[in-house]
Amino acid sequence: MSALLQRRPKADPVAAAPAARTRTRARNQGAKQRENLAAYGFLAPWFVGLLFITAGPLLASLYFSFTDYNLIGDHSWVGLENYSRMLEDERLHNSLRVTFTYVFVSVPLQLVLALALAMVLDRGVRGLPLYRSVYYLPSLLGGSVAIAILWRQVFGANGLINQVLGFFGIQGEGWVSHPDYALGTLIVLNVWTFGAPMVIFLAGLRQIPRMYYEAASVDGAGPLHKFWHITVPLLTPIIFFNLVLQIINAFQTFTQAFIVSGGTGGPSDSTMFYTLYLYQRGFGSFEMGYASAMAWLLLMIIGGFTAVNFLASKYWVFYGD
Amino acid sequence: MATKTTAPATTQERSRAARTRRLIVHIGLIGFGLIMLYPLLWMLASSFKPTEEIFRAPGLIPETFHPSNYTEGWTALQFPFHHYLLNSAIVVVGAIIGNLIGCSMAAYAFARLEFRGKRLFFAIMLATIMLPIHVVIVPQYIMFAEIGWINTFLPLIVPKLLATDGFFIFLMVQFIRGLPKDLDEAARIDGCGHVRIFFQIIMPLSLPALATTAIFTFIWTWNDFFSQLIFLTSPDMYTVPVALRTFVDSSSQTSWGPLFAMSVIALGPVFGFFLAGQKYLVKGIATTGIK
Repeated sequence: MSALLQRRPKADPVAAAPAARTRTRARNQGAKQRENLAAYGFLAPWFVGLLFITAGPLLASLYFSFTDYNLIGDHSWVGLENYSRMLEDERLHNSLRVTFTYVFVSVPLQLVLALALAMVLDRGVRGLPLYRSVYYLPSLLGGSVAIAILWRQVFGANGLINQVLGFFGIQGEGWVSHPDYALGTLIVLNVWTFGAPMVIFLAGLRQIPRMYYEAASVDGAGPLHKFWHITVPLLTPIIFFNLVLQIINAFQTFTQAFIVSGGTGGPSDSTMFYTLYLYQRGFGSFEMGYASAMAWLLLMIIGGFTAVNFLASKYWVFYGD
Repeated sequence: MATKTTAPATTQERSRAARTRRLIVHIGLIGFGLIMLYPLLWMLASSFKPTEEIFRAPGLIPETFHPSNYTEGWTALQFPFHHYLLNSAIVVVGAIIGNLIGCSMAAYAFARLEFRGKRLFFAIMLATIMLPIHVVIVPQYIMFAEIGWINTFLPLIVPKLLATDGFFIFLMVQFIRGLPKDLDEAARIDGCGHVRIFFQIIMPLSLPALATTAIFTFIWTWNDFFSQLIFLTSPDMYTVPVALRTFVDSSSQTSWGPLFAMSVIALGPVFGFFLAGQKYLVKGIATTGIK
């Protein structure tokens, strides 16, 4: 950089001549134009994707939500019919209940576990990379069909959990086939994937200057005091970030519920997640108009939560400046 | 870094107490790690057990070594299992190449070029990261059905080439912004065009970000079930997750051994990539918070 800056002044006297100056300006404008064109060129694939894969379909699904589109034959405009049907659809209400329970039980548990382990690991434990990897592994595998299959066995009537309980003389239920417990097994699965937020917490904890803790120690603060008055306030941006991210992820859970329930959302709709019900309406019975309306409700819910989180964050997130 | 100054008189006593504390922490961490990993280890062990034993023995060592689960599982479905592995490989490789090309191009524009509407487009790009696939899947399906792409791999690969995974654009923008600007400025003064700067300066320097993108794309696409379930409709096009799903639906209690064996096969590549690319994975989630 410094070499470039030194070279420039030498060129200046030439540019000072009026004719040359306009020429440079023209050249600059040409460069600007070229840069504009180059940028749009580099963005060309993204623009096409925006049109056909993301924003375009987003608007199209809003349109379809006002129709009775069903893939075969013509469709017609039905106004708000799909939306008023949603108001009366008991199974949809149930799927919202199931999904909200899942989100609001599993996400806090997952984040508390993630933070607790991140704090233990942040104390300069030997072998940190190994522990971090071991705890992170479930996050990579958790969404796969294979793990959902494993879960179906582990929490089955003769599954691993009941085999272990059997050692203690406890006769366990068939957890995945019991309407009261099936959702719980999926909550456990989501908590099991606490590794990803844990890694983010770890990165955040690294940013907190050690001297704050040392100063607090000098003043005689105990570990609990330090946690509430140093760690938590300084970590709020990270907590917030994890919270938004995990809530959004949890609302979109599909694979686990689909595999564990065999695609039915059973027993008695107890694992009928919103996305699973959407899939059944849209791709099981091809009520694509209705599915589109459901999709927009999902978008509203996720968007709403993100917005509320952002607004609320003003009151509790401390950005340190 | 942070050094503790301790009174010399109590140093020995303290260090002994600290050592015991460290030991307790390690025992706790190892114990917890084992509980976390136990289901995985048990699945691996059980894939070598006869099915009857899977439903009886919570231990890790098979009473009788039963590798025939693998041969049985391999041929249990309509096509041999390598057919599905190959399909998954095609989709995954296509998705990786697509993401590497599409996202890096968009990222270069956002990170290095000035153009009209940049801020707006960048905001839109960030918003698409939050967009749930479920919201756009119906119109996508209708469109792909219209042009005859249903039951091909195209709906799973072409969108990647069109830079629709905003996560990776964001990741690469962050990375490219961290590269010294002198390099491309010097190149521009020497008369290099944007295409050459992109290929000869930015791309070679962005290898870590490209590696992170490739690894995450691999793992996500390999595990992805929802869109593959929707877009692939006939068994000859099934990928591993969709094939496993038909396996679990069709199998009675008696074939859990083979089912576990194929599940282990399905998890294998993810585990391999995890081991090989840990450095990039941890950095990737730490900077962007992706899962």
